[in-house]
Amino acid sequence: MACNSGYCKSGCHGVGDEDEDKRPATLNGEPSNRAPPGDGDSEPSTDCNARCFKCKVNETISPSYPTIAGGGDFGRFCIDCFRGNLFGKFRFAVTSNAMILPSDNLLVAFSGGASSRVALEFVHKMQQKAQKNFDASRDRSLPVFGVGVAFIDERASFAFPSNDFDRAINEMSLIVSSLAPPAKQFHVVPTEIIFSPNCASGRAKLTEIITAIDDVTGKADFLEYLRMLSLQKIAMENGYTKLVLGTCTSRIACHVLEATVKGQGFSLAADIQYADARWKIPVVLPLRDCLSEELNMICSLDCLKTVEASRQPLSGINGLISAFVKLLQEENPSRESTIVRTAGKLTPFCFNTVPEVDDHKVQLASQRRHKKYNLKLNESLPPESFCIICRSPLMKSDVTALNGFVDAGPITEILLSTCSSCQYQILPKDPSSLEYFHSLLPQSMTSPVKNNYDNKKCLREQIQDFLLSD
Amino acid sequence: MAAEVTLETKPKGGRFCSICTTRRAALKRPKTLEQICRECFYAVFEDEIHRVIVGNNLFKPGERIAIGASGGKDSTVLAYVMSELNCRHGYGLDLFLLSVDEGITGYRDDSLETVKRNEVQYGLPLKVVSYKELYGWTMDEIVKLIGLKNNCTFCGVFRRQALDRGAALLNVDKLVTGHNADDIAETVLLNILRGDIARLSRCTSIITGEDGPIPRCKPFKYTYEKEIVMYAYFKRLDYFSTECIYSPNAYRGFAREFIKDLERIRPRAILDIIKSGEDFRISTSTKMPEQGNCEKCGYISSQKWCKACVLLDGLNRGLPKMGIGRTRGLDNECNKDTRQNNGTKSLQSKQCGTLDF
Repeated sequence: MACNSGYCKSGCHGVGDEDEDKRPATLNGEPSNRAPPGDGDSEPSTDCNARCFKCKVNETISPSYPTIAGGGDFGRFCIDCFRGNLFGKFRFAVTSNAMILPSDNLLVAFSGGASSRVALEFVHKMQQKAQKNFDASRDRSLPVFGVGVAFIDERASFAFPSNDFDRAINEMSLIVSSLAPPAKQFHVVPTEIIFSPNCASGRAKLTEIITAIDDVTGKADFLEYLRMLSLQKIAMENGYTKLVLGTCTSRIACHVLEATVKGQGFSLAADIQYADARWKIPVVLPLRDCLSEELNMICSLDCLKTVEASRQPLSGINGLISAFVKLLQEENPSRESTIVRTAGKLTPFCFNTVPEVDDHKVQLASQRRHKKYNLKLNESLPPESFCIICRSPLMKSDVTALNGFVDAGPITEILLSTCSSCQYQILPKDPSSLEYFHSLLPQSMTSPVKNNYDNKKCLREQIQDFLLSD
Repeated sequence: MAAEVTLETKPKGGRFCSICTTRRAALKRPKTLEQICRECFYAVFEDEIHRVIVGNNLFKPGERIAIGASGGKDSTVLAYVMSELNCRHGYGLDLFLLSVDEGITGYRDDSLETVKRNEVQYGLPLKVVSYKELYGWTMDEIVKLIGLKNNCTFCGVFRRQALDRGAALLNVDKLVTGHNADDIAETVLLNILRGDIARLSRCTSIITGEDGPIPRCKPFKYTYEKEIVMYAYFKRLDYFSTECIYSPNAYRGFAREFIKDLERIRPRAILDIIKSGEDFRISTSTKMPEQGNCEKCGYISSQKWCKACVLLDGLNRGLPKMGIGRTRGLDNECNKDTRQNNGTKSLQSKQCGTLDF
């Protein structure tokens, strides 16, 4: 029980802390020279002529932006190397996970915030490059992937929506149109669309179900699940093949703690990988390795316009955790990365990989370019069921525990199809309201579209070695 | 006289207990926010612990069990409840109190007085093991030498071994400690924050160290700290409640504050954290430290020497920083040490005593 008091002043390291000091190597293979966190002996960078530790030529960002001198690794880069490093992280995530194929039509979820703005910018950059290559190539064998942008208009779900919504949407529209060529379609869709094509009745249903949820955190989480359903709907109806989210390290760190605190330790690994193929349109997270601080910095450096559209302040448990992580990050700038790295050691699920495409030509061509990262996946059987509300894989033992439950027909059905966290914070407490609440849920929750990962394929992969004939 | 109050009407002071509906509700249960009377609180509190003990097969009849007793609220309530349940449900256990004297004047000597009173009050034989006897150093002396920087490291490492050695001296089969739900939730969080995947996979186990000298169990794994305090308060149990005088602003404080705030919003979150910890599936490909034995004393260790021997060596040689922070390359100092261990516990020489298990 080496050091269970954690953080004695002088960087007392137990076995586990050794991990912290091994920062991932930068992309050119250079190990980070950064002193171990919390080490009281590291000298502060007071050198006004500090050189970029990568190119050793230009001045670091810190002198020009003194507020970030202490924070994060990027204070040691010059502006160009910082930009290169950040884009490099994005590109590495994309190529090593085969996230973007030439035949893809990507839908980028855009909230107006810094993370999704950068996701949009980087995807656009990549598309521009692909377009240039296409124009220059002789055989034109590989098409250029398409990109569309989506914004979910959630004002109907807020108690006190801001008046600036329409102005914000206009600004976003301008941003999207400035990212051309190639031109990108901008979809603005209200949440209520998943309840009904008729906006008024959809809004009524949305309001009714939101008010039926008492728990503040439950309400916020439920809206997030609706947001995903809305994005999926846009993607499916407009022929998109992948959904790109700007989820960054910092956001994932918060999610890790949120899931832990809500008893979702089993399903946590499903939400934090580079790819999530639980959905009909697989979801990819190319900014998974970037800190929100870095994304804010690049927006500031490159004057990428962001829009403060819609986000309501975080409340309840999510708000508490956000404040907690902020505090930890201030005390130690590598904390968010450590949290995500720890959670990264949890076993992912078999759907946490970008599904392969059947097009032989495209596969060959992409194999030439990409080296697929070998994600160590869960070797056991794919989960049999998912929670209808949050889509988290259900633990078999949670399901069987209900078998002793006095059969009340539809109520048992509902309980069998939801996770314990959603049962607690979203579903109504008393059984008499339960059935009615279930009837209010959008159809895409109660009768979900078959997801993309092939159950049979998963099973086959496991017995592959023992099959004698094809 | 006025007519008896019927069950339907509210009593003057408030509502009725939601469990027995006969007595007046005296408290709100921190875990569930139910309003219940004192007797029902004792009953649910004790019953839940009984179920945990039975449901997890913590003990077998005839076993000798040492209760880690610091004199604080957790161990006092633990000793009280264990004797109660042992009697009431016929566990058939031989219970002992085991206390560790770290040698902290003004703190430990006071709490030890409490444990001595517990020995009398609960009728459980007490054994005290001291750092001075075992290692030749008290915490006061250690702090004088190293200051307030890494003292918790020393104390924690030494205490763990001290408990094991005391348990061996008492010839017990198991050790029980008063770690409660709040402690375990804090530890889960801390291990996530610090990247300690190896500990994360072990820290929610209710029984640990089954492959070591003495298995330890935590019957309070699902018991809320607030409820332990409440129980001790209502039962007027004798305990000592002060923070260790050497405790710095440990990192654990961050996690503790957070959990307190969390409990206010959603009391069941503490149990949810523990559930998450139990449900985490950790890749088998993850490198875990290999378990071996200390070359010097035989205690279990993942390194050549166990942490206690490393620290002690440092202390005895006036190199208090040894064993703190990362070691780079082989620990050359260990190899150079040729001092003989004469196997006796000598106060003057301050050598590491024998740890024959």
